[in-house]
Amino acid sequence: MKLRKTEEVFFKILMILAAVIVCGSFFLIVGTIFAKGIPYMSLDMLTKTPGGGFYIGKEGGILNAIIGSLYVAGGATILGLFISVPVAIFINIYINGKKFLSDSLRVAFDVLFGIPSIVYGAFGFLIMVYFGFRASLLGGIIAVTLLVIPILVRTLDEVIRTVPRELGDAALSLGATRWEMAKVVLRQIKPGIFTAILLSFGRAIGDVASVLFTAGFSDNIPTSLHEPAATLPLAIFFQLSSPVEEVQGRGYASALILTIIVLIITVLSEILIKKFSKHKS
Amino acid sequence: MQLRILKDKILSKLMLVLTLASVSLLLIIGIGLYLHSAPIIEKSSWGTLVTSSVWKPLRGLFGFFPFIMGTLWVTGIAIIIALPLCLLTALFITEYAQGGLKRILVPFVNLLSGIPPVIFGVWGVLFIIPLIQNHIAPHFVEFSTGYSVLAGGIVLAVMIFPLIVSIVSEVLNTIPQELKDASLSLGANKWETIKKVILRKALPGIIAAVVLAVSRAFGETIAVLMVCGNNAVVPHSVFDAGYPLPALIANNYGEMLSIPLYDSALMFAALLLFIIILLFNIISRVILSRLERKLAS
Repeated sequence: MKLRKTEEVFFKILMILAAVIVCGSFFLIVGTIFAKGIPYMSLDMLTKTPGGGFYIGKEGGILNAIIGSLYVAGGATILGLFISVPVAIFINIYINGKKFLSDSLRVAFDVLFGIPSIVYGAFGFLIMVYFGFRASLLGGIIAVTLLVIPILVRTLDEVIRTVPRELGDAALSLGATRWEMAKVVLRQIKPGIFTAILLSFGRAIGDVASVLFTAGFSDNIPTSLHEPAATLPLAIFFQLSSPVEEVQGRGYASALILTIIVLIITVLSEILIKKFSKHKS
Repeated sequence: MQLRILKDKILSKLMLVLTLASVSLLLIIGIGLYLHSAPIIEKSSWGTLVTSSVWKPLRGLFGFFPFIMGTLWVTGIAIIIALPLCLLTALFITEYAQGGLKRILVPFVNLLSGIPPVIFGVWGVLFIIPLIQNHIAPHFVEFSTGYSVLAGGIVLAVMIFPLIVSIVSEVLNTIPQELKDASLSLGANKWETIKKVILRKALPGIIAAVVLAVSRAFGETIAVLMVCGNNAVVPHSVFDAGYPLPALIANNYGEMLSIPLYDSALMFAALLLFIIILLFNIISRVILSRLERKLAS
């Protein structure tokens, strides 16, 4: 009898410990990045392009990578939206009723979501070789778009499914076409679309493996789609592998910048999701 | 009137095309990678490529065995660390934590999932590497730089925490309250109910979560590359350096067009990853969607 009680207490302590480790690892990571990054942080990091090359140069900042990342992540998210909004509407509204078909499509997008970014990067590289263009902003945007489509589709799909069936049915019964019904649904899920955009942007801005082959790297801010573009994660990776200590320090500061950007995006999307689910019930 | 219906028809076709196009991406990626790795498959064969350990690109010898083993070591270590921790955490969140605590714990798991891979890599270099080099390795081996499959495994484990915790929590939430109540009413305490009822019932879902986590760990590139040592030999202990497949692809893209067959070899590595991850993903997603459907009916 006593043993049973002890066993439960033992495992409860183990569970609390595990929860502390899992959640604590977040603080450990962010704490490490802040502690190392803050001493090297300066306004120049945010406002200047690197002087004397990103790998050995000790001057300037990483404005090129910040702008490049915004271009790539922004471009990919916008391009991805044009593809994923129709797809999510199609799955939910047009093939309504054929449950097997819509479920299979959902599984397919889940599987696409599971494909690692390095494979998307390699595939993006193949596309570039096939069409004969060099590593460039455009190449990066294409590879990252492929990466974010499954995220956008699945998030939008989840959101559309929270819209009450009756709403769409009411529109249909009044003689609306399915497209007009879709417009009613879309108006309902506006905050959900915003959540999807944030999630996709957050994933896109932090990913390295997909832009490694496709976007290239440059010390300048790209002025056209065909120029190579630096990205923030890649800049961190390169700076950290530099033998010069100051450059490594700038890598830590860049890591801090990326962490802050991504944390803001994640917190915003968390708040939105919470608001949205409150709406639902 | 006619115009509205015409618009609906045209848009529906357009959406169908977009949907088919994005789903067929799975097929197109597979075919593209296969076509590009065909030269090297023709020259050797699947069997020799996968089992040979000789990696001498300049002489045209491509053996992927060390890289496959590197991937397996890193993934294995990550799962061994992450699974018990995540299982216990998910159980704590779903069965024990009260409303307020739950509302604090879950967002942190989500925040962790938002951190980009490269930041995990930087953390690995700054925190895990010195930890292994100065505090863990000296107890077991004479010398270690810290850059090892263990470091890769630990970093990966933290990266897959959110994935396992969220999927296992979801699965645990699907277990009917009546089942738990029945067990509790027979005099079992909460832990016994977890052990004998909940875990048994949730087993397929837990397996699906692990399979999914394995496939995520397989494909993780940059964080592992930064801490793993990248040495093309088969690791024999957790303190040996390893060289997983994704790191191989990422590290050599620069040279791949200058050495014959090298690009083909790297695309073969991507193809291998793609096939394994595709299979694992399909298995776990089918299990999970079946669970979901069972719940809905």
